[in-house]
Amino acid sequence: MAALTNASSTKKKTFNQKMQGYKLFLLVLPFLVLIFLFAYYPLYGWIYAFYDYRAPLKLEQCQFVGFKWFSTLFTNATQLKQLGNALINTFAMSGLGILTSVLPVAFAIFLTEIKSARYKKFVQTMTTLPNFISWVLVYSLAYSLFTNSGFFNKLFMNLGWIEEPIKFLDSDNHVWLMMCLWGIWKGLGWGAIMYLAAISGIDQSLYEAARVDGANRFQLMRHVTLPGILPTYFVLLLLSIANILSNGMEQYYVFQNAFNREHIQVLDLYVYNIAMGSSHSMSLATAIGIMKSLVSVTLLAVVNGLSKAFRGETIV
Amino acid sequence: MAIRNKNAIKMTPNDVIFNILNYLFFGLFTLICIYPFYYLIINTISANDLSKNGDIMFYPRGIHFKNYIDILKLNGLANSALVSVARTVVGTSATVLASGFLGFMFTQNKMWGRKFWYRFMIITMYFNAGIIPVYMTMKNLHLTNTFWVYIIPAIVQPFNIILVKTFLESIPASLQEAAEIDGAGVLTIFFKIILPLSTPILATIAIFAAVGQWNSFQDTLLYVTDQKLYPLQYVLYTYINQANSLASLIKNSSGLSGEAIAANLATTQTPVSIRMTVSVIVVFPILLVYPFFQRYFVKGIMIGAVKG
Repeated sequence: MAALTNASSTKKKTFNQKMQGYKLFLLVLPFLVLIFLFAYYPLYGWIYAFYDYRAPLKLEQCQFVGFKWFSTLFTNATQLKQLGNALINTFAMSGLGILTSVLPVAFAIFLTEIKSARYKKFVQTMTTLPNFISWVLVYSLAYSLFTNSGFFNKLFMNLGWIEEPIKFLDSDNHVWLMMCLWGIWKGLGWGAIMYLAAISGIDQSLYEAARVDGANRFQLMRHVTLPGILPTYFVLLLLSIANILSNGMEQYYVFQNAFNREHIQVLDLYVYNIAMGSSHSMSLATAIGIMKSLVSVTLLAVVNGLSKAFRGETIV
Repeated sequence: MAIRNKNAIKMTPNDVIFNILNYLFFGLFTLICIYPFYYLIINTISANDLSKNGDIMFYPRGIHFKNYIDILKLNGLANSALVSVARTVVGTSATVLASGFLGFMFTQNKMWGRKFWYRFMIITMYFNAGIIPVYMTMKNLHLTNTFWVYIIPAIVQPFNIILVKTFLESIPASLQEAAEIDGAGVLTIFFKIILPLSTPILATIAIFAAVGQWNSFQDTLLYVTDQKLYPLQYVLYTYINQANSLASLIKNSSGLSGEAIAANLATTQTPVSIRMTVSVIVVFPILLVYPFFQRYFVKGIMIGAVKG
């Protein structure tokens, strides 16, 4: 609508209005430059994927290798195995994340059923707190609670359940599960807020009407509250599918050690490790990054298209 | 919600059981969320020889506050605290001002190419060149190993700008028109009218930006090797890892502990006491402001939810 009126009035624009338009543009120009520098200009760095780049040298001094790094990924057996391993971890973490994405929904629905406003507020405040601390601090808490002399080993030993301390952190057992649980600990309360907002937006007359029809509390939860927040859930679900390759690396970086590397190295962390680790394979890391970016953008487009087809609304 | 609760129907036995379980569940989960913080704090104020062995589990013993005094003497820690505070203050101010300004500017239909530039910005939320190209960019711009690498890339955040723009679109345009008739320029309008009007949304953005800056770790990891620029988060991370090796060192030479040390074991610093005390210092500002700003956090995500 706005575009139409703009277009029809373009010709009538006076000189003054035009100047005003340029002036406004000049005011935002510095910020547009920042956007260009930090979002668009890095794309030029994709060129490193086509060179054999060695850290201190300039790009011109390095050899142009074309698609060598991309083909290495798929032909070199060790490379393929490492990448496959990173992908499995990535899908495992994202998959667990998607499976557990119903938890905030349940959390919100059940929290709404608590009648004491004060208790509700208390729970909400306390359970969203972990979302606002860094992963480094989460690691510090985990370290404090789970080392040999930490809370849990002490507790279990005092209770006589175990003789020797269990190595929770320096171990390759249940890495996926533990990472997922930390994610839930940090994000569940916060994740529920979005749904609590959606619930408070449900038309109260729906509850009244259902109650007049004789619905009990559980039927209200099932047939009024749940359908009321499903649209929000689907949008978030679609977004998490689009982000399936992006777990971020911070959580996994702080928790990684020599013991659990095989199961904790998600794609983002793998890219970091091969670029900044001992091998310094910047070019290979860039090549993997490019493929990840392309897949992610494609996924987003597909998911957006699906959303448009089924909901009549795009998500981005 | 309130109406619904007042009109609550009679409780059946099922309801009672459900209520008890529901209250218990949320009580338990709340405990799980806050106990780690409590555990950390009671350990930092307890006798260090007890905390070292993990003997402090439910309540503090041998209370003393020497850890907090000693920790400030640790090499470089005061400097790191300064870096953390500086990046939080400067970074938050920059982000808030830029978000307010750009959000306002993108409501100005007169701007040359407004739609195009708005899309030019929004679309950057959906792609990412990847960590190595971004690292190279920071290097080429000579931002690595400078304080500004924490600030400048964080100035323009499209999502915040959407929030401000959406917020301003709900304000009647006649306000601005009236000011224009009175001869106010666009900057005057922004500072005198728009900025005061958008305090609620800017406060929300500020609190998110501040928490983000305070908690930030990855930018240091990627772009900074100069120890003088390490924020607290990064120092804490190195302490945890050093504590690991320190602990094993101490274990290997356990026969060497002299009597002089044994005399004040309760206040001698151990890897555990250092790690936990630094952790409390890192989390303290969050715990301090959190109760007061919690409603802004909630408001923020709700505004975001409307936009979808």
